[in-house]
Amino acid sequence: MSVLATLLRRDLAALLPGSARGNSLLPLLFFLAVAMLYPFAIGPEPQLLAATGGGVIWVAALLAAILPLDRLLATDVENGFFDQWTLRGIAEEVVVAVRLLAHWLSFGPIIIAAAIPASALVGMDGETLRIVLIGLLAGTPGLAAIGIIIAAVTVGLRGGGAALSGLLMIPLAVPLLIFGAGSLSSGGEGGLALTGAISLVLVAIAPFAGGAAIRAAREG
Amino acid sequence: MLAYNTVHALTRPVMEPCRLVATELACRRGDRVLFSGLSLALEAGEALHVTGPNGTGKSSLIRILARLLRPYAGQVEHQGSLALVDERLALDEHLPLGRALAFWQNLDGCRSPGAALHMLQLEDLLEVPVRFLSTGQRKRAALARLLNGGRRIWLLDEPLNGLDSQARGAVEALLALHCGGGGIALVASHQPIALPGKQSLHLPDFAT
Repeated sequence: MSVLATLLRRDLAALLPGSARGNSLLPLLFFLAVAMLYPFAIGPEPQLLAATGGGVIWVAALLAAILPLDRLLATDVENGFFDQWTLRGIAEEVVVAVRLLAHWLSFGPIIIAAAIPASALVGMDGETLRIVLIGLLAGTPGLAAIGIIIAAVTVGLRGGGAALSGLLMIPLAVPLLIFGAGSLSSGGEGGLALTGAISLVLVAIAPFAGGAAIRAAREG
Repeated sequence: MLAYNTVHALTRPVMEPCRLVATELACRRGDRVLFSGLSLALEAGEALHVTGPNGTGKSSLIRILARLLRPYAGQVEHQGSLALVDERLALDEHLPLGRALAFWQNLDGCRSPGAALHMLQLEDLLEVPVRFLSTGQRKRAALARLLNGGRRIWLLDEPLNGLDSQARGAVEALLALHCGGGGIALVASHQPIALPGKQSLHLPDFAT
């Protein structure tokens, strides 16, 4: 079996819902809980709910992407996995790229699917749902990439890393939210295209930024 | 306890040449220079015991030789594949030992992991999750990963910690076999260990 397949299989076993570590359904439940509680908080007015529902789905998606960050890379660095990979000539960049794919697979498709019941909870119409779904498809890889960069940068921090990674994630995700959720109000394809473009750039730089951060943590 | 016919399956049929050379190494941690002017050269079949009290830089030296840490000065050259065993296990804590080791066997392309498991007496522990293993059992698991990796240059940081006398004997026999098969072993340990050739390097001699 090739190196990439072996790495991906281990990552998916650790990150996918129903895996041995088991708490990966948490982002999904968290996402649905936000969508469920939102109508109670904002009141039952249909127009208001339909107008703001897309935005709240985006915020819930962002928060769900933050949840697994603290154990995304730190445990493997602490347990010496990265040292062993480096000795075998497997670059940190390769491991981070595979981990990025596994991280996205562990929350992206689930949240895109869960956006359909969530849209019913906030009374969203079909056209808005379509834009939300395309936007999430374009934007969640970018959220995953920001997440993995932050997980790599905070690798050396013992304790406190989880809270810090959440705080760091929020400002960095602002461009994605502006264009992704903003395309709902303008109804424009331009917003979606920009969301996709930001995502692509983030996905492209994430393995290199993450690999460099892990190597820097080793020297400390 | 060692079945020598299974042991011989571990030595590689094709010998790649290997050597490990370090020249004028210095290591700095924080604002302290731990050692400087350290040179060593190991050819195929040689072993070196690095001794010294805690905090003299044994682990740092191992990490420099493994290319995981940049030396403050000096160079490291090596020919042949490197393997490292230190206090970090690099096995998934929640998985049963057999599956945790299988991950590395897949990466290393190891076809017959059984002999190493037998020698280190791990066969009865394969179903036990790694987090329930004792200190000595964890060390033996790390050594099984090392054996099944099939690397030529072994860098071992305190491989005897937590091992009983029987397991110690097994490790010493493994090192003798590895070097007999043309491999290189560098062992950092504050405990006495029987190595082929009995070369040793006392790290405090290079303290500044």
